[in-house]
Amino acid sequence: MVDKSLELFDCGHRACGGCGPALAARLIMKGAGANTIVVASTGCMEVFSTPYPETAWKTPWIHSLFQNAAAVASGVEASLKKQGRDEKVVAICGDGATFDIGMLCISGAFERGHDITYICYDNEAYMNTGIQRSGATPYDASTTTSPAGRNSLGNSRPKKDLPRILAAHGAPYVATASVSYPNDLMQKVERAVNTPGPCYIQIHTPCSTGWGFEGSKTIEMGKLAIQTGLWVNFEMVDGEVVKAKKVVRKPVEEYLKVQKRFRHLFRPQPNTEEIAKIQAIADKNAERYGIDIKQKPQE
Amino acid sequence: MALNIGCAAKPGRARDNRTGSWRVFIPRFSREKCSKCGLCILICPEGCISEDEEGMPVPDYDYCKGCGVCADECPADAIEMELEEK
Repeated sequence: MVDKSLELFDCGHRACGGCGPALAARLIMKGAGANTIVVASTGCMEVFSTPYPETAWKTPWIHSLFQNAAAVASGVEASLKKQGRDEKVVAICGDGATFDIGMLCISGAFERGHDITYICYDNEAYMNTGIQRSGATPYDASTTTSPAGRNSLGNSRPKKDLPRILAAHGAPYVATASVSYPNDLMQKVERAVNTPGPCYIQIHTPCSTGWGFEGSKTIEMGKLAIQTGLWVNFEMVDGEVVKAKKVVRKPVEEYLKVQKRFRHLFRPQPNTEEIAKIQAIADKNAERYGIDIKQKPQE
Repeated sequence: MALNIGCAAKPGRARDNRTGSWRVFIPRFSREKCSKCGLCILICPEGCISEDEEGMPVPDYDYCKGCGVCADECPADAIEMELEEK
């Protein structure tokens, strides 16, 4: 059972007010428990939680480089196994480190089958260095390296489907979660750390600074992503989707129009052609994961 | 033998950094309206809300950054954000 009162990520970290990743860190540690060793990559979470000589972590925590968190976690796990110890190894990395820079080491760790849990907190761009696009940035989002303007509509590529890539490595448990559904998140982390073999969880963590919304709306933003079908909370066991959160879907505009990174789609007038493309992404998600709740026809 | 490589810090030393000074709006908790559901305690990105012996949420203003997530999500509307005079 998850102990909700367990606090292993302390106050005093330097995240922005209303930070999604900071909330994710707290919830992950509640789910993982005290007998955990955390491995971090470079990223927002590493920078705001551990400016030397401070640290917000109350568990052993190690950071080496941007690209090698999965390799460090593999080494820690191999050493613990040799010594006959039972600590859980959890790598917590951003989407840049996971989708782009660390891909090689992650693929290696999953292929070798280390007993680690790799968690990606997905804020959909390189926020720490000033909001550059990553492989996780959604279609049409404006970032500093995919700026919207006269000749561009923002990021021209869709989001990489990493959960499926890692499930294809033979991972026994792959899940997605959102900080907006904290109980679900904690349970998924608990399940992943207690599943032998390499497990992967991708957590949607709205970033008020990078996406452009009020810090108080973090939870609301995560809920909208799920309600519009642009983010799906699902669980995959041995490569098969076994559970997905069902919703009565809202049009994607409701999620897009409240964020500065999609503002160009509504100015000067709504760009219906582009919004329809994003709606098509949501429709495809809904079909693939079967998230639509069938409503009874009104009499 | 202890390895003397890298930088090490005592667990939870971030508490030296009192982030409450960042705050512009301060959350005020109404004891009358609160239903003690504990949602604010769970979703505070700082983790600076604790529970008193009656189960009421008590924010630690030394660390609260005033983001307003608690006020926005409170199902009983028991938290008001007010401009803080310093």
